[in-house]
Amino acid sequence: MKLSKVCELLDAEVLCCEEGLEGEAKSACGSDMMSDVLAFVKDQSILLTGLVNPQTVRTAQMMDMKCIVFVRGKRPEDPVISLAADNGITVLATNYRMYTACGILYANGLFSEGADKV
Amino acid sequence: MEPIVLTYQVDGEDFSAAGEASSSVKKTLKQLGFSPDVIRRVAIAMYEGEINMVIHADGGEARVEITQSTICIILADKGPGIKDINLAMQEGYSTAPEEVRNLGFGAGMGLPNIKKYSDELKIDTELGVGTTLTILINT
Repeated sequence: MKLSKVCELLDAEVLCCEEGLEGEAKSACGSDMMSDVLAFVKDQSILLTGLVNPQTVRTAQMMDMKCIVFVRGKRPEDPVISLAADNGITVLATNYRMYTACGILYANGLFSEGADKV
Repeated sequence: MEPIVLTYQVDGEDFSAAGEASSSVKKTLKQLGFSPDVIRRVAIAMYEGEINMVIHADGGEARVEITQSTICIILADKGPGIKDINLAMQEGYSTAPEEVRNLGFGAGMGLPNIKKYSDELKIDTELGVGTTLTILINT
């Protein structure tokens, strides 16, 4: 799924790296625990989270993710957005809650990668 | 290839800066042409270690030794030490305070994750003196 489609489906605002919207996402994951993202996630392109501190961007960066979607109307502070921009990570913000945002993407064919059960 | 050594001071006061060293190492490994899989394993293992040093030990020193065949990450702190290593290695066991959990960490996955992504993990720890992790990743 193109990131522009993700943006459209989630009625999201683009906070940085708009040029990344042309990129493709094969899979996504949703979590507010970065430890879990680092432990269980493999080759996901998108991180959906309600956590807005810089470690969200660091986690996405370590995992080679292309896009972070901040859910439930959360907006990170400018330094967090700058950090994402410096690392070429597209940042979106949606007013949907986590469950709904993940549900919309899943229902439209964007699945999680690999084994869903740990 | 001549061994390359990178050293960093990890600031224990600034949670928002945690991960800067790992980020720098990741970029260097990319420039050196290591495979994405190796780079990611190094990045995750070191990042978890860096976060641990900030959460538990008020920062410390990171040293990364890069050769063609191995990447060795040494993370040394002067923190409180690990009381029970077997417990600390258990997934889900954490001594991190609530505020750390609110930041997205402290789920008790740090050390298990480091072990998972590394080929060898050595933990030297002494209560009241500090902890040194030696993480080896074969390329």
